[in-house]
Amino acid sequence: MYHTVDACLNLYSGTMVLCRMIRVASKVTRTTIRSQCCSRAMYSTEHTNRFYTKKHEWVSVKDNIGTVGISNFAQDALGEVVYVQLPEMGKSIDAGDECGALESVKAASEVYTPVSGTITERNDKVESTPSLINKSCYGEGWLFRVKLTILLCDM
Amino acid sequence: MSSISLNRLLLASKVINRKQIAPALLNFRLYSSNEKPKKTALYSLHEKYGGKFVEFAGFFLPVQYSDMSVSSSHLFTRNSASIFDVSHMLQTNVRGKDCIPWFETICPVDLKGMENGSSSLTVFLTDNGGIIDDLIVTKVNEETLYVVSNAGRMIVDKKHMLETAEIYKNKGNDVRVDFWDVSQRALIALQGPKAAAALQPLTDIVLNDLVFMTSRMGKVVGVECRVTRCGYTGEDGVEISIPADKANEVTEALLQNTDIKLAGLGARDSLRLEAGLCLYGNDIDESVTPVEANLTWLIAKRRRVEATFPGASVIMRQIKEGVGKRRVGIRLESGPPARKDAILKDPKTSEVIGRVSSGCPAPSLGGSVAMGYVSEPLKKAGTDLLVNIRGKDVACVVSKMPFIPSKYYIKK
Repeated sequence: MYHTVDACLNLYSGTMVLCRMIRVASKVTRTTIRSQCCSRAMYSTEHTNRFYTKKHEWVSVKDNIGTVGISNFAQDALGEVVYVQLPEMGKSIDAGDECGALESVKAASEVYTPVSGTITERNDKVESTPSLINKSCYGEGWLFRVKLTILLCDM
Repeated sequence: MSSISLNRLLLASKVINRKQIAPALLNFRLYSSNEKPKKTALYSLHEKYGGKFVEFAGFFLPVQYSDMSVSSSHLFTRNSASIFDVSHMLQTNVRGKDCIPWFETICPVDLKGMENGSSSLTVFLTDNGGIIDDLIVTKVNEETLYVVSNAGRMIVDKKHMLETAEIYKNKGNDVRVDFWDVSQRALIALQGPKAAAALQPLTDIVLNDLVFMTSRMGKVVGVECRVTRCGYTGEDGVEISIPADKANEVTEALLQNTDIKLAGLGARDSLRLEAGLCLYGNDIDESVTPVEANLTWLIAKRRRVEATFPGASVIMRQIKEGVGKRRVGIRLESGPPARKDAILKDPKTSEVIGRVSSGCPAPSLGGSVAMGYVSEPLKKAGTDLLVNIRGKDVACVVSKMPFIPSKYYIKK
C-alpha cells in the first residue's frame, strides 16, 4: 500500500517530483514550494499521487490544495486514535511545522505539515470520530487541507 | 509523525513489526544498549496470537494484539479477564534463617508481623529515603522469601540485593539470594472479574481461600506453580509463576476459556493508571520518597517505631513535618490527555506548581487520567488546576485515587 525502498526517492529528486506535480496541477511554470519543504524527503508510490514524508504524513495535491493525512504505518504504530487536535482555520503554516496532534491510549504523536500554505479546511469528522484515521487513513481519515504557497524560484 | 514520536510509544524505544518495516525505517530500531532484547518463554505464543512487539526494559513484549485495540483490550479486562505476560519482571528467591531480618534492613515492610504465605507491596530505599524500586515480597515461610521487582531496575535491584546480603552474611548471618533468569521462569498475570472462576477448574488451589495479597504453591494444569492473588489493574486476579518450559502449556490451557484473552503492555498501562498504581521510572524514582509519592502507608507501623530502614531519619521527619510536593491523581473530563512531563499550573496565579508523571486516556471513564506531583497546598481532591498540553492550558482537577473502585478479593 505504501512505499517500499524501490519507490523511495532520494531527498533531491523527491522534492523535484513534488514540484513538478504542483507545476502540472497549478499550470504554473518554474515554481517550487517554499524552501522548508525542500528539506524534507518526500516519497511516493507509482500508483497514487500521494507523497509521503519521512515522518509518515502524506499529502496529495489537486488544484493547488493539499490534503494531508497520516500513513498506514503511522496509524498502525499509533493504534486506535482517541483524540485529534487539528490546526485552526486560516492559519498560515510552513512545511515542517508542528500543526496538530493525534493521541491513542498508548501514545501521543505530533502532526507536522508536509507543505506550506494556509489551512482552508479541517476534517471535523475525525475530531468527532478519531477512529476514522485507523479505518481509512487515506480516505475519510484525512486531517486538513492547505492552500499551497507557491513561490517563484530558479530551478 | 516523527521517529521520536513513534519511539515514545508506551515507553518503548522501538516499534518492532517486521512485516511493516521498510528499510528506510530501520532508524526506528536503534538500540539504546548493545545487548539484544531478550525473549520471554511466551514469545512464540505472542507471535501466534498476533502480538505487536515493542522493546520494553530489555525485552521483546507485545504492546497489543492484532485482534483488539488497546482500549477494547482494557475494557475486556475490566469486564472479563486478560492474561498479561510479565515474565520480564525479576523473580528472586531469598533463603536462609536470617532472610527476614536482612530484608527488613533494605525495606520498610513488617515481614516479622506477616503470616506465612502473605505478600506485601514494599520499596527498596536509598539512605536518603529515595525509592530504588517498588516490589512485591511474599513471606513463603520464616526462612524463604519470594520477590517480584521491576525489569527496568533488574541490574540495580540485583546489585542492591547481592551487596546488602553480602554485608549481612559477613556479620555471620545466613542469607542466600537467587535470581530466576527469564529462561528458567515465566510469570503471567491473569486479571479481571472472571479470572478466578476461569482459573478454578484448572487448579487444585482453593481460590475462595486465596485472598488478596496471599500466595501459595499449587498445580495449575498439572504444573507446579506459585499463584499470588495480586495484580496491576485494580481488578481481582492472580499472578502465576511458572517454570519457563511449561509456560506455553499453562497459558494455552487458560486461553481455551473464551472469557480470557491476551492483553499487552498498552492495556496494562491504562489499567494501572485508572487503578492509581505507580509506574517506576515515571511516578516514582530515587528522587522521591514514599511520603512524597503518597505511599506513606508502605512504612509499616512497627518499622516506624524502630526506624531502622534506610532513609528512616528523612522519612520519619517528613511524616512528622510534611513535605513540599505530593503525588496526586489528576482527572481531565475531556480534551487531550495529559502525558508525562506536562507542566501543571495554579489557575489563580498561573504559577507552575508541578508536573505530570504519567497519564493517558481512560477507556473505562472517558476523558483521561494522570498522576503528577503538585505543591503541598494544592494536593486536595477537587482542586482545579491547569495542565499545559502542546502550549495550551487545559483545565483539570486533583482527584482521589484509584480513579475506578478497586475490585480486590478481600474477605469480609
